[in-house]
Amino acid sequence: MGCAAPVIPPPTGRGRARVPGPRERAGDAFFRRALAVAASLILLVALALAWQLASASRQTWTSLGPAFLWRTGWNPVDDSFGALPFLYGTAVTSALAMLIALPLGVGSAIFLTELAPRRAAQALSFAVELLAAVPSVILGLMGVFLLVPAVRAVEPPLSRALGFLPLFRGAPYGVGLLSAGLILAVMILPYITAISREVLLTVPRPLKEGMHALGATRWEVVRGVCLPYARTGIAGAAFLALGRALGETMAVTMVIGNAPTISASLFSPAYTMSAVIANELAEAAGDAHLSALIAVGLTLFALTVVINGLARLLIYRLENRS
Amino acid sequence: MNSSYARRRRVNALMLALTALCAAVSASVLLGILGYIAWRGASSLSWAFLTRLPAPVGETGGGIANAIVGSAKVVGTAALLGIPVGVASGLYLAEYGRRGRFGFLVRYAADVMNGVPSIVIGLFAYALVVMPMKRFSALSGSVALALIMIPVVLRSTEDFVGQVPGTIREAALALGVPRWKAVAFVVLPTARRGILTASLLALSRAAGETAPLIFTSFGSPYWDQGLLNPIATLPQTLYNYAISPYEDWHRQAWAAALVLMLFVLAVNASARLWLRPPQGSSS
Repeated sequence: MGCAAPVIPPPTGRGRARVPGPRERAGDAFFRRALAVAASLILLVALALAWQLASASRQTWTSLGPAFLWRTGWNPVDDSFGALPFLYGTAVTSALAMLIALPLGVGSAIFLTELAPRRAAQALSFAVELLAAVPSVILGLMGVFLLVPAVRAVEPPLSRALGFLPLFRGAPYGVGLLSAGLILAVMILPYITAISREVLLTVPRPLKEGMHALGATRWEVVRGVCLPYARTGIAGAAFLALGRALGETMAVTMVIGNAPTISASLFSPAYTMSAVIANELAEAAGDAHLSALIAVGLTLFALTVVINGLARLLIYRLENRS
Repeated sequence: MNSSYARRRRVNALMLALTALCAAVSASVLLGILGYIAWRGASSLSWAFLTRLPAPVGETGGGIANAIVGSAKVVGTAALLGIPVGVASGLYLAEYGRRGRFGFLVRYAADVMNGVPSIVIGLFAYALVVMPMKRFSALSGSVALALIMIPVVLRSTEDFVGQVPGTIREAALALGVPRWKAVAFVVLPTARRGILTASLLALSRAAGETAPLIFTSFGSPYWDQGLLNPIATLPQTLYNYAISPYEDWHRQAWAAALVLMLFVLAVNASARLWLRPPQGSSS
């Protein structure tokens, strides 16, 4: 939009000149610059964050190098640090959460956009948005006193039925990968539902009507038109949710059992990157320990930046299409 | 032909029923959480619980008054730090930075920061404030929460200011008003409601954050002692009580959860009801 002062004849009568004078133009420049300073702050913060984490964890990277990421021992007492158990715990819990929440979320979104009456859909979407607002620590509390006992009760029968898979063997602790994955699923479900719903709402009506006119059932329209059309957006939603799952801290910390071990069983206690930072940073035993924890944080940061970058790429592409 | 049609009808009914089941599960999870917290929390909630300091370890009773005040202080300071920066940056992006490399970089940085886990933001606040000062402090907690709020407020401000019709801007300019006055006194007030809503949503999210506070504001059993000392906050007190071995603290954790949830959901729901967010402002 044009912002240059309009060219108007110089004032003749007693009216004040309406052409912005030099003082007002200085005001413009100052205002713009002040806003630009504020805007550059977030840019600086993002850069400073990466730099700070890198420099505060230098000790770990220089002494261990990238091997830090695939070493397994974690024992602050004798300064032995390896991040693999945390990477493993984060990967398994996030994968489990995605496995549960993705079908549930996309299914709910289909119901909300294609089936539910408008008012019911609005009420349900509102409920889902509120679910996203429930603080993580409250879900953790539910997890400790409700989910963990339930999981502990379910594990023996599960192990009897599916024990031929290594996934479902072992002692029923309750706390562990399974509980953490379940609670993460609850946390990312609202994101997947809300974004998938928004994407499904953009499917053009004529496409759907065309297929209905050919005699397709509602489900066939969903499968043949809506889902293929919304595929990119749903993938974006999945990546955003995955980014959340990777970094989610409190609820996971409270139910995962906090044991830096790697086990094939979903029943066994484990540890995630975010949980080890939350548990150990405030009482870090020494410089090496602190540095190793911040190195875990840097790894987590890099991971979420990559995942979110992919999500943004998909969503930007989607926005350009419409 | 007929049997194939019947089969298609059956598949249709089955799949649609499954999607309804998905929605029912999602909604009942929320209702379950709300109901269970209300049930467990209400029995332990009392006036004394809201107005007293925590009892010494081992004694029963006591309250969370210091944590409520502390949360208000930490979140309030964070809002004072974060919201003006977020609004100003969003205004810049919408008014001056729609295209061009700087605008793109700022927008990208905001999206990156929005996706960074809160625990990593806490780690940054720890390295930035706690390590140089060599002490845990309320201020470092506020810095962490402010950094969580800025990208949310920024992107929403950009959205809402961008939706202000160009004609309003041009009407002001046509009267000979300088550009900056048009932006600050005409465009910004027009987008006021949306910006306020977004700020409330950011505030309610910050109020429930625990992870970045554990090693910044740290927690304390006393009344707050200024911005440069450790301070108790509601989510963190709840966390400490939940993982403690004491029966009485578990009871208090449920009550604290009810207080926290009522606050967060009340702010969140009223902000959303007041103004539904614009289409496309996901996440």
